[in-house]
Amino acid sequence: MTQFPKNSSASALFMVSPLLVVLLLFLVLPIAMIVVVSFWQATEFSIIPAFVLENYEFLFGSPVTYKVFINTFKYALITWGFTLVIGFTVAYFLAFHVRSLTWQIALFLMCTIPFWTSNIIRMISWIPFLGRNGIANSALMSWGVIDEPLEWLLFSDFAVILAFVHLYTLFMVVPIFNTMMRIDKSLIEAARDAGANGAQILWNVIIPLTKPGIMIGTIFVVTLVMGDFITVRFMSGSQSANVGRLISNDIALLQYPSAAATAVVLLITVLIMIGVLLRFVDIRKEL
Amino acid sequence: MDAMGTDLELVSVTKRYGTTVAVDNVSHHFKPGTYTCLLGPSGCGKSSTLRMIAGHESISDGSILLGAKDISHLPPAKRGTAMMFQNYALFPHLSVADNVAFSLKMKGVDASERIAKAREMLALVDLSALADRLPDQLSGGQQQRVALARALITRPQALLLDEPLSALDPFLRIRMRGELKRLQQELGISFLHVTHGQDEALALADEIVVMNNAVIEQAGPAREVFNAPKTAFVAQFMGGHNVIALAQGHFAVRSDAVRLTDTGRGTMDGHITAIEYQGTHVSVCARIAGDQEVTALLPDAEFFTTPRNPGDPVGLIWEHEKQHELTS
Repeated sequence: MTQFPKNSSASALFMVSPLLVVLLLFLVLPIAMIVVVSFWQATEFSIIPAFVLENYEFLFGSPVTYKVFINTFKYALITWGFTLVIGFTVAYFLAFHVRSLTWQIALFLMCTIPFWTSNIIRMISWIPFLGRNGIANSALMSWGVIDEPLEWLLFSDFAVILAFVHLYTLFMVVPIFNTMMRIDKSLIEAARDAGANGAQILWNVIIPLTKPGIMIGTIFVVTLVMGDFITVRFMSGSQSANVGRLISNDIALLQYPSAAATAVVLLITVLIMIGVLLRFVDIRKEL
Repeated sequence: MDAMGTDLELVSVTKRYGTTVAVDNVSHHFKPGTYTCLLGPSGCGKSSTLRMIAGHESISDGSILLGAKDISHLPPAKRGTAMMFQNYALFPHLSVADNVAFSLKMKGVDASERIAKAREMLALVDLSALADRLPDQLSGGQQQRVALARALITRPQALLLDEPLSALDPFLRIRMRGELKRLQQELGISFLHVTHGQDEALALADEIVVMNNAVIEQAGPAREVFNAPKTAFVAQFMGGHNVIALAQGHFAVRSDAVRLTDTGRGTMDGHITAIEYQGTHVSVCARIAGDQEVTALLPDAEFFTTPRNPGDPVGLIWEHEKQHELTS
């Protein structure tokens, strides 16, 4: 037997140290670096370690910042709405309509198949479909629904949201499905015994009991959309911006302090949003 | 509440799952206002029968009548029955009062009226003080009473209970069964209680329906089923009986009707194989001809006046009228 250190708090510290080291090295340290750099001074040619507020002053003084943040919220909200409705429906179907466990697992794995490729590939695959002479436009024209190609299908907010929904719906399906599978089926029988119809069971029993899953899915989707930059760039054809793109542009111009300041503001915004969400639903039971 | 109660009748009810038959052509008339126990080993079809009456399982054949109405194909809530589930199936996100008032909410009764009714029901099961708690803040016995109140608020003509006591510890089980019996007598409606415990059935039931292999083996008043089992299965399942194969056929003899005597003076001879002291009684197991075991349950005083040991030869004796012929 190994001799444990006599001091119990020292031994406790020792036992959590692997996790502690990982978190310090890969989470706390990078974020601390970003915060530090966000106060540095930058000119066109140089970056000077300092403690100045000019990055934040510029950020909050520019109307572009507010426009871009509002645009980011818009993407997050609309994507959340669609992924929630689609994700809930899929999870509901899997959990309550598919009777055999084998089929549930098989269908659930099928949902994950698109994730076997990188998300950039999945995103780009929309381009030939939605383009001016793409499959969607030519099909609609050949059916006589439209006379000339729809311009807003690609390189538009529509395309951005479509790609987001496509990429992130699974993050809504998984936690909701997980919560639904834990709902005792006899609760549904009990509700039916009490005279509830399908819609009443959904509203009074299933949705309240699925709330923690919905909340976890919401956190996934919102944080992913808030932090994304590549989807917006590709699918909007560089015509729309979100905060991620603001940061990525700064980095491309080697304006690291400015990028860091924007990143800090974005991080705080997302943390506040999650804080608010967690006040509504207690997700501890799910973890 | 309607003190007269209503007849419940099963007419050739059959349930098939694919090729297996869970309930095979079962017919029975449940008298109004009685406490009936459906008793049997697991897989005998008792739960399927109850769930078909409740409407949570479709019937493959036959019909179910409640009063003068054929309820075979009505939705659960339209049948006039209410079900209490094995694990109570309380809604974990709703308070006790909201759980009880759930069916009224579904009917669109407004909030103040349904809470008043729910409190009335909670008073009936003695839980008024806990109306605002959530189900997981209650003990098993309290949860069960909430489930009872929730089932009774629909004013059912028959209450269906699916192994209601199995989740409780033995001490609480005995207390709750007293309470179930009291409620049934107070309300005067039929209680139909599924259980696999014969002691529970004997303690509670006016009428016992013993099921095995998808059919009813025997039905009748509790004393009749216990004292005069018709089949070897019923005798063995009810317990306290010896099933003995003799030249004239199979017979059941209650263990407490068997006495010990010297060899050659009893109904038959055997050797003692085991002795078990049970406090008020001593159970003596003997092996007789044909490798059959017979148990004699003797009052402890009687046993210890002439104590015996395993291996002793012994005579077993019982009065002829205590011996019941079995059909199979």
